[in-house]
Amino acid sequence: MKEMVNELIHYRELLYILTWRDIKIRYKQSVMGFMWAVFMPMLIVAAGIIMKLAFSFISGKPFNVMDLASISVKALPWSFFIGSIRFSTICLTANSNLVSKIYFPREIFPLAAILANLFDFVIASSALAVILAVGNIGISLNILWLPILLFLLVVLTAGIAFVLSCANLFFRDVKYIVEVVLTFAIFFTPVFYEASLFGKWSSLLLANPVGAILEQINNVVVLHQPPDLFWLSYAATFSFCLFIASWFVFHRSEFLFAERI
Amino acid sequence: MSETALELNNVWKKFIKGERYDSLRDLIPAVFRNTLSGNRSSELSGMEFWALKDISFQVRRGEALGIIGPNGSGKSTTLKILSGILRPTSGKITVNGRLSALIEVGAGFHQDLTGRENIFLNGSILGMKKEEIKRRMDEIIEFSGISEFIDTPVKRFSSGMYARLGFSIAAHVDPEILLVDEVLSVGDMWFQEKCLEKMLSFKNKNIAIIFVSHNLESVNVLCSKTALIKKGTLRTIGDTAETIREYICSNQEEAVDVATENSISNVKLLNMKNELVSICYPEQKCRLTFKIRCDKPFEECQLGFLIHRLSDGLSICDYNLPLNSIKRADSSGDTADGAIDFDINLLRGSYSVSLHMYHYPSATFLTRVKNIAYFSVEERVSWHGVTHISPLLHSIG
Ligand SMILES: Nc1ncnc2c1ncn2[C@@H]1O[C@H](COP(=O)(O)OP(=O)(O)O)[C@@H](O)[C@H]1O
Ligand SMILES: [Mg+2]
Repeated sequence: MKEMVNELIHYRELLYILTWRDIKIRYKQSVMGFMWAVFMPMLIVAAGIIMKLAFSFISGKPFNVMDLASISVKALPWSFFIGSIRFSTICLTANSNLVSKIYFPREIFPLAAILANLFDFVIASSALAVILAVGNIGISLNILWLPILLFLLVVLTAGIAFVLSCANLFFRDVKYIVEVVLTFAIFFTPVFYEASLFGKWSSLLLANPVGAILEQINNVVVLHQPPDLFWLSYAATFSFCLFIASWFVFHRSEFLFAERI
Repeated sequence: MSETALELNNVWKKFIKGERYDSLRDLIPAVFRNTLSGNRSSELSGMEFWALKDISFQVRRGEALGIIGPNGSGKSTTLKILSGILRPTSGKITVNGRLSALIEVGAGFHQDLTGRENIFLNGSILGMKKEEIKRRMDEIIEFSGISEFIDTPVKRFSSGMYARLGFSIAAHVDPEILLVDEVLSVGDMWFQEKCLEKMLSFKNKNIAIIFVSHNLESVNVLCSKTALIKKGTLRTIGDTAETIREYICSNQEEAVDVATENSISNVKLLNMKNELVSICYPEQKCRLTFKIRCDKPFEECQLGFLIHRLSDGLSICDYNLPLNSIKRADSSGDTADGAIDFDINLLRGSYSVSLHMYHYPSATFLTRVKNIAYFSVEERVSWHGVTHISPLLHSIG
């Protein structure tokens, strides 16, 4: 474990450079430039609003600004999550030239994919922060929980990314499965709705650690409440255990990468 | 610091031949089939083969080791194992020092980034720090000789420019150990020369080099020690000229000559004492003997006699000799024994001989034998170039 961390620290500059490469290429290729970072989450928010409007039309409850804030605050981390998973699943096969011709710790690839998406997330969040300030949503000390929650989300994402990138190298159709799962995952994750909507079934939704983290983010940013400590510690334990386990799996199979790619 | 920079001890590497299941779609039915028939182990072992068999050697600081051998013999695999990309199936490797490997130039390049951006990217992939790259940026661009295009995306580069930039970066990493795999062959000859000079200067800086190349001349110039790898086994390791000779001669053994209607067989290169030779010296006289079978009148045929330089395929000579100076073995038969005597007016290098028979009334080649004999020219003193023109330095008056 210690040497795995040391090796990563030794190669940290390469991690920055590869992240910078991913970002640079993304922004070079798309005409919209920085708009890209905002565009994807905007689509998700728009979908959420349409759904919410439909709901309020049926149930007769009015649609208020709080709902809108909730949806956007949860849509951004969600978009970061699916973007990272999507990119990191293919990161090893997309860099096959590097994997088979040059040596450095392969963990760098999924991590760089996540960091590049984090960059998009930061840009989109700054835009959202302005909107929330204008919308007069208010702020409380509970917002100090936010960095911790985001850190948890990154750890969880990395844990999933390690396993999936590895799996996709050995079995090339994993990426299609991931794509399908990600498309449907939004129905099983409280992004457009609150878990509490489901009453006693809500724990089922929160057992999904991404859902648990998103709900806590909503709590601290929009509802000005402290996070639910039970679900927070559940998500934290889950994330760290998964991260360590999948890092080991990744590290153990690393020596096969160049041969099998 | 220890004197030995690199060491391989009894390294074996196993690969799997043929198609592998690389998708779940293929894997799941395969697993079912195997559990039903229950013979998975025998099937697998038939697909495995040894890409490297019991390789051991070491390279000291300031030493350049050349590796030569036919395609697919395991040269790149050896370098990949040394650089940590592949793990040996068994055996031990020791690496003392910062290693930079050029398995393929520009492997780390990204098509959409400019040359300058790719220097940053590839530099850090090769283990340079950002500050270091900034400091040496001008030097790298200068060495590559493509400063004009440095801000163009590399997808617009020619493969030679690619190689130039790739090598320039690798040459400025300041490695303690440098592994170079057949990467220079795309550069033009001036650049190849420049790279060779750079690597020679590395040797004086106490850097260990492994140089894999099909350019036997470059190997000869750079490396004092050379290894010959064939089909995964280390055939010889030692003096470069000796190893190159062995490589060239071992190809000769494999040349098959079957006697058909029209054929040239039993080709031998002899010296004037009728001894077989593979090393010649400038100004030496040589004799190439052969047996021909030809069903056309000899008066209508010509014997083509060609010599090529191996390092770059340069055609040294291409003669068409009338066949009527050769007598048939017996007046009715169509075979004959012949010989060509010639002077080695060549300088240091390795050469191949090709022969063909041409029937000019019908304008057809009756038979062609390419690279039927090989020889290398050694010099008593250091002369370089192509032809030996016997220069004589003297005073006048
Ligand atoms: N990843 C791999 N999987 C299976 N076989 C491989 C793999 N890499 C190389 N080989 C095989 O190993 C042998 C040696 O290859 P290589 O070292 O590239 O030869 P060369 O001497 O031309 O550089 C070849 O037969 C090649 O097909
Ligand atoms: Mg090779």
